[in-house]
Amino acid sequence: MGNQGLLQHLANGISLGSLYALIAIGYTMVYGILRLINFAHGDIFMLGIYITYYGVLFTSIPWWIVFIFASVFTGLIGLLLEKVAYRPLRESPRITILISAIGASFFLQNFGIVVFGGRPKAFPIPNVFNRVVKLGGVSISMITFVIPLVTLLLLLGLTYFITKTKTGMAMRALSKDYETASLMGIDINRIISITFFIGSFLAAVGGIMWGIRYPQLMPLMGVMPGLKCFIAAVIGGIGNITGAVLGGFILGLGEIMLVALLPKLTGYRDAFAFILLIVILLIKPTGLMGEKITEKV
Amino acid sequence: MKENNRFKNSLIMLIVTIAVLFVLNRVLDDYKLRILNLCGIYITLGLSMNLINGFTGLFSLGHAGFMAIGAYTVAILTMPVHMKEMNFFMKPIVPFLANIEWSFFPALMMGGILAGLFGFLIGAPVLRLTDDYLAIATLGFAEIIRVVFTNTQSITNGALGLKGIPASTNVWWSWGVAIITVLFMVFLMEGSYGKAFNAIREDEIAAQSMGINLFTHKVMSFTFGSFLAGIGGGLLAALLGTIDPNMFRIVLTFNILLIVVLGGLGSIKGSVVSAILVTIAMEALRFLDESINLGFVELKGIAGMRMVVFSLILMGVVIFRREGLLKEN
Amino acid sequence: MLKIENMTMRFGGVVAANKFNADIEKGQIVGLIGPNGAGKTTIFNVITGVYRPTEGKIIFNPSKLQQDITRLRPDEIAKLGICRTFQNIRLFKELSVLDNVFIGNHLRIESNIFSSVLKLPKYRKEEKKMLDKSLYLLDKVGLKDEIDSKAHSLPYGMQRRLEIARALATEPQLLLLDEPAAGMNPQETRELMDFIREIKDEFDLTIFLIEHHMEVVMGICEEILVLDHGSLIAQGDPETIQTDSKVIEAYLGVE
Repeated sequence: MGNQGLLQHLANGISLGSLYALIAIGYTMVYGILRLINFAHGDIFMLGIYITYYGVLFTSIPWWIVFIFASVFTGLIGLLLEKVAYRPLRESPRITILISAIGASFFLQNFGIVVFGGRPKAFPIPNVFNRVVKLGGVSISMITFVIPLVTLLLLLGLTYFITKTKTGMAMRALSKDYETASLMGIDINRIISITFFIGSFLAAVGGIMWGIRYPQLMPLMGVMPGLKCFIAAVIGGIGNITGAVLGGFILGLGEIMLVALLPKLTGYRDAFAFILLIVILLIKPTGLMGEKITEKV
Repeated sequence: MKENNRFKNSLIMLIVTIAVLFVLNRVLDDYKLRILNLCGIYITLGLSMNLINGFTGLFSLGHAGFMAIGAYTVAILTMPVHMKEMNFFMKPIVPFLANIEWSFFPALMMGGILAGLFGFLIGAPVLRLTDDYLAIATLGFAEIIRVVFTNTQSITNGALGLKGIPASTNVWWSWGVAIITVLFMVFLMEGSYGKAFNAIREDEIAAQSMGINLFTHKVMSFTFGSFLAGIGGGLLAALLGTIDPNMFRIVLTFNILLIVVLGGLGSIKGSVVSAILVTIAMEALRFLDESINLGFVELKGIAGMRMVVFSLILMGVVIFRREGLLKEN
Repeated sequence: MLKIENMTMRFGGVVAANKFNADIEKGQIVGLIGPNGAGKTTIFNVITGVYRPTEGKIIFNPSKLQQDITRLRPDEIAKLGICRTFQNIRLFKELSVLDNVFIGNHLRIESNIFSSVLKLPKYRKEEKKMLDKSLYLLDKVGLKDEIDSKAHSLPYGMQRRLEIARALATEPQLLLLDEPAAGMNPQETRELMDFIREIKDEFDLTIFLIEHHMEVVMGICEEILVLDHGSLIAQGDPETIQTDSKVIEAYLGVE
């Protein structure tokens, strides 16, 4: 493989990594506060894509406005999901709320099959993204550039939000020490709703770009990316946003490079994430950037 | 006295069950017999998951993987040599498996043992993790197994799957195993080890402070659970006659989880009843997915509707009635 | 019986125990007192292996044999003969009172899991013994009529007694009691004191206890250790402690 090939793979890896990072943030933020794997997060991602699909195809609204509305709308669905499936169980044992999360995930998948149909659909890609850019003899599609750029902008926005705004700081306080923060007069329900909104919003943005990149839509398309992005969050150290981004990139680049360098193992691509997860959990269970939590006795 | 009474009651139950099975085995048509078999198999599977998740409090989502191991072991070991040749037309089967043809019982045991062995091996690393990490790691292992089975064409025939597995599972096999599993669970949970499993579920730190080695006990529970899951998978393969890697997706684990949660985590009786109900309901609600013609009017089914209903039931149960639908009081 | 040498426990920047030393002799009842947050429970957690100390050593020497238990797991420590109760009661809530104590016996079982499932004669014999012992202990703590109740349905004081019975079932030589009299009225407290003396004699125990009720500590402890901000500030018999100026200062918070 020449330099050009390598450059091509690197670009692909970075754009896949960016998508993983965007979805992983949602997992990590929710986990940071509620200590819950939101199993339905991948299905929220799927809903985001379908909502955009219908918005673009069946309205005459310009695509970029549809993109924004669809993302916000998906964010609201995430918020609703928490209210219905998780909030009633907040004081219950962890296993119960995990089961509810799995139930929610299967509900959304099958709801997808019922409403959108089981057959694959083709995502309507706006023409801008189909343009090909030549860079040092390598042709790279526009979307490969757009993805990391959008991700970067969203990350900057998110960083500003959680470090500079009052809500963001409350969010951090809540994930550092849930009990104390709740005694300090923080409106927990509001913060959790906002967390779910942001996580789902980012998943939708990731989903739309995913749709442009891999334009085949299916109701079960959220399962694998969902699991992988949770793994990305764990690799980075769950609860830690920077860690989730790092984990997303490690996973995205790793997958692309595995296929590029060892084409024989292409069939094992989906297993790669899980193997990486298990290795990380064995070496450093708290992930690359996670902190150790000791239970109070 | 109490002990004696219980023994008598159990014996009566057993005889009644066998009598009912005997009658059903005679009168039911093939389709209904298949469902009866499925009920028995799902009892075993539900109990095997309840052992791990309900009685020991570990949150494992690896069941589909263990079942796949059991199913493939039984399929490959029992399939006649000429059938193997027909199946493996894309890529020949590895020589050491090509010419063996075991009878059902040893093959089924081997399926359970391999699944149990695998559970034991992965248990060692993953059982050190706490609940949600454990869930995702076991889910991961199940997916790895599926991916590996899809790719090892010369052993599993890859994505094409295996067809023509001898249909050895009958009512006596599926229910026989189910009855033995029930007895196993009752005896295990009455004993000191079963109670130690319960203690771990209730409070790990207290259990450990009372001298219970968390790790060895979790591994024991996990290994037994995966053994039984392997047996269940093997029975399923020999019932359906056809298997492929995609059968063993997460949705299969979900179905069993549904049984366990509906019956109540940590309830043997609950799992048995709920396995039967869920299996029958899954079949009975098929009309939600498929169109049926009532002669004068055709009802349009919608694919996926059945699972929508089941996932709503699952969420409803955990939100409104955590102890399960079937548990008393 | 137990020696703690220069034990320090840090959580991040917080020092919960600082160069703590103690030597508990066989057959004694030793009290550990100190203001809230002084690090008393942390010391219990270190002894029982729930936490690993940042520095220092824990030596267990019930006989002439010395054993460094600093790096052992809680279950290994329990098997050696150190058992405890918890400040915030950690019973197996959903299990019956009898099962709670029965599980305390499990660590000494010799039969393996197969003979338990198959109910082989050897296991049956062991089980019978475990059951008899559990019933005896429950009788001892006055819970014989409650054996089938769920642990969490018991009143608070009874739950504390059940925890002691469960700990005794493990056959400890050193028993650690974390605030056994918490939440008890004067009558119950007096009963508890008698009870502690009684089990000490009957089971040949050494007892190390954390307590806020001064009446209990002064009444039954032969030796008292006083902890403040993770450090040992005084040590001695009840009279010495009651007149120690540092102790009074720590409790009254004199500036």
